[in-house]
Amino acid sequence: MSRALTFHIGAIIVLAALQFILPVYHSGNLARIMVLAVYAMGYNVMFGYAGLLSLGHAMFFAVGMYGAGLSVRLFDMAAAPAFGTGIIASILFSLGVGLLALRTIGVAFMIVTLMFSQAIYLLILYFNPLTRGDEGFVIPRAVRQVAGFDLSDPTTRYFAALLLFAICLLGMVWLVRSRTGRVLIAIRENEERARMLGYDTWAHKLFAVVLSGTMSGAAGAAYGLLFGSIGASFAEVPFSILPLLYVLLGGPGTVIGPFVGTVFMFYLRDISSSFTDAHMLVAGVALVLLTMYARRGIMGVVRERWAKWLP
Amino acid sequence: MAAVTTLLSTRGLSRHFGGLRAVENVDFDLPEGEIRALIGPNGAGKTTFVSMLCGRIPPSSGQIIFGGRDVTALPAHKRVQMGIAYTFQITSVFSALSVRENVELAVQRIYRASPAALRDESDALLGRVGLEGRSDQIAGDLAYGHQRLLEIAMGLGQNPRLLILDEPTQGLSDGEVQSFIRLIHEVARETTVLLIEHNIDVVMALAQKITVMNFGAIIAEGTPEEIRANEAVQAAYLGG
Amino acid sequence: MEFGPHLILAILEGLVQASVLTLTALGLSLVFGVMRVVNVAHGEFFMLGAVFAYGVASSIGGAPVVGFVAALIIAPLLVGVLAVAADWLILRRLDHDPERTIVATIGMLYVIQQVTLMTYGPDAHPVAPPFNQRIAIPWFEFTGKGLEFYFPWGLSTTSYKLFVVAAAIVAGLGVWLLMARSRLGLILRATQLDRETALAFGIPVARVYALTFGFGAALAALGAVLVVPIQQAHYLMGGDPLLLSFIVVIIGGLGSLRGTVLAAVLIGMSNGIISVFFSPTLAKILATLLVAMVLVYRPQGLFGKKPA
Repeated sequence: MSRALTFHIGAIIVLAALQFILPVYHSGNLARIMVLAVYAMGYNVMFGYAGLLSLGHAMFFAVGMYGAGLSVRLFDMAAAPAFGTGIIASILFSLGVGLLALRTIGVAFMIVTLMFSQAIYLLILYFNPLTRGDEGFVIPRAVRQVAGFDLSDPTTRYFAALLLFAICLLGMVWLVRSRTGRVLIAIRENEERARMLGYDTWAHKLFAVVLSGTMSGAAGAAYGLLFGSIGASFAEVPFSILPLLYVLLGGPGTVIGPFVGTVFMFYLRDISSSFTDAHMLVAGVALVLLTMYARRGIMGVVRERWAKWLP
Repeated sequence: MAAVTTLLSTRGLSRHFGGLRAVENVDFDLPEGEIRALIGPNGAGKTTFVSMLCGRIPPSSGQIIFGGRDVTALPAHKRVQMGIAYTFQITSVFSALSVRENVELAVQRIYRASPAALRDESDALLGRVGLEGRSDQIAGDLAYGHQRLLEIAMGLGQNPRLLILDEPTQGLSDGEVQSFIRLIHEVARETTVLLIEHNIDVVMALAQKITVMNFGAIIAEGTPEEIRANEAVQAAYLGG
Repeated sequence: MEFGPHLILAILEGLVQASVLTLTALGLSLVFGVMRVVNVAHGEFFMLGAVFAYGVASSIGGAPVVGFVAALIIAPLLVGVLAVAADWLILRRLDHDPERTIVATIGMLYVIQQVTLMTYGPDAHPVAPPFNQRIAIPWFEFTGKGLEFYFPWGLSTTSYKLFVVAAAIVAGLGVWLLMARSRLGLILRATQLDRETALAFGIPVARVYALTFGFGAALAALGAVLVVPIQQAHYLMGGDPLLLSFIVVIIGGLGSLRGTVLAAVLIGMSNGIISVFFSPTLAKILATLLVAMVLVYRPQGLFGKKPA
């Protein structure tokens, strides 16, 4: 087994052990962090690996979340098929977004994703009778059951979150060392050269958008089903900025980086909220400082200095 | 001698940028196995011409036939997959990746093998162009001449039927130019080579035939001796 | 109200919106045009303009006119200085790289917004308009006796709203004069055309950039000062102007000031008119999708590089 694989499996085992060690408050946080980290990992596929900067990832999270949530609310689906519906919705939606948005590059791509995301947010508000708009709705405890497991129980919830996280983490380890993953990196580094090596860069970028959107959507669906609350704030602009922040901090183009960034930002916000309501202040300062002084992020620096093998 | 098949030909190939006729109505034939040099004064349309061959620039009109198939409408990556490899005039490597990763990216498309085999293959190629022992360096840290060699390794790594080299010896030292000439002689046993080159010594040492372009059109074509004696060519260079 | 008077009212409201939007969007367009920088914090400079206007007006006291005039001068200046500082301390150090600057201005957005929340607070505050006479507007009707004029109930505007329109026209003309006729405008246009050549000709590009960024922000602040007697100052008020300015700048063609003004009037008017008749949410959905589609199907004309 390679060092990279050992390291990431080790991280998963540590996370599993932490559930038994940590106080309830923190293990509850960690469950939330793992789901948000999946969202950030999805973001990293596009931004960190394929070099596509999206400013509207909340749309993918929201499509997954509402895909699952509305299946429960409107069609009385059970948790498992609702989760599946959320994922299918995410795949189709990100395919559509990719087909349109990839016609643009650079700044235009950023703004197109921002605009699409804003449209999704507004659509959620517009269809208030179905979505209950800003207020959102709750998925009742009775529905949040899968194969006899109660997803609202903190321990079950923790392990469900860990399961999703582990699948995505190991999937990413595999992807970035696969041929496709290497081509994505090549596109990030020099798209024209990659094309002139015979790679269909457009198809690879589309794949990155769909994978990224699907992972983010899976995170959204899981968030809704595990924590029970669904609301339009998950589709708003600040929620699109969060994964960018997590990834920038943790290290773009590293597999574990998004998780590291999510942990740091989550607790930074948690700590700052004890003395100010302005919890986005920390995010703002972090964004400015990271772009100015630390573009590689935490794990990027770790890789550069100590662990070249880190994928 | 067996009958030679034509690997690449163009018919009436033109490219206009606004009012500028960068390439005008070019008929060009390249037999399989040949080393062909494409020369001409600056701005003669050479780079535009080969950019159309490999699909980086769409032609305004005309036809490109490669391996008996009309590829005019094919996107660049499809043509590369058919065996047209292109090395950029302005060095274009993945400068943040290692030298080996650069070559692996070129090799992995055609060479389905284990990571270890891919690695060995890439290191062997780097040895062939004279970059042995530099596999783990970051490509962007290489000296300019070495980046040119890396480009050539990436071209060879694709095992192409046609290797297009756009001013490959620019920035190479004299010693490096000599090894480049040896390398291309060796490569030409398996591959057809189309070479844009300003260094006339390199052209004379390598080319079996030379095509001369000026003002977007072919003004002469022939063996090195014929070209040397051609008045139109001399006029283009001296008077142009 | 009948349809006719209703429409007149909507057009008047639209004109006011279009005026403010024109100034705000001109600022964004100028910054993008000259610096190739997409300033996501632009809406926050707008908000700061409104908040500073409240600060100035409420600390001066006296007649509303005095406070308002003071705010009209001081607030845009303050915002401009802040923006110059932000460019000099942050964006300049990023070499104004398009992608990194966007991320940094997102950071600035939150810093400005949240610091305002912590100091100014979450409540909205009004600024008293310097004058505010109600102006009733006549409407006509064909009756048996021929054409007859009357004043329908509710069909009116205020002198202040008309002033906003006039002020925006004056300011817009000022920007045009500056760009087209002054030496500074020449320097700005030269920098916009080709940064490298401008550098070679000895134009201090870094300072030109800082000045442009400050000027763009000050224009947004000016728009905000004008609007704050109609709409109160609130720390979250920057979102809509940002979105609308984006729409305007993209539809109008980037860097083109004439296009920006044209699009601002069009979008401002239609936004005003549509929101009188339809749900504003639906109007916004259509507008955002329109912008996305313009970018998708005309990318090179607006943002991207020309294909080779």
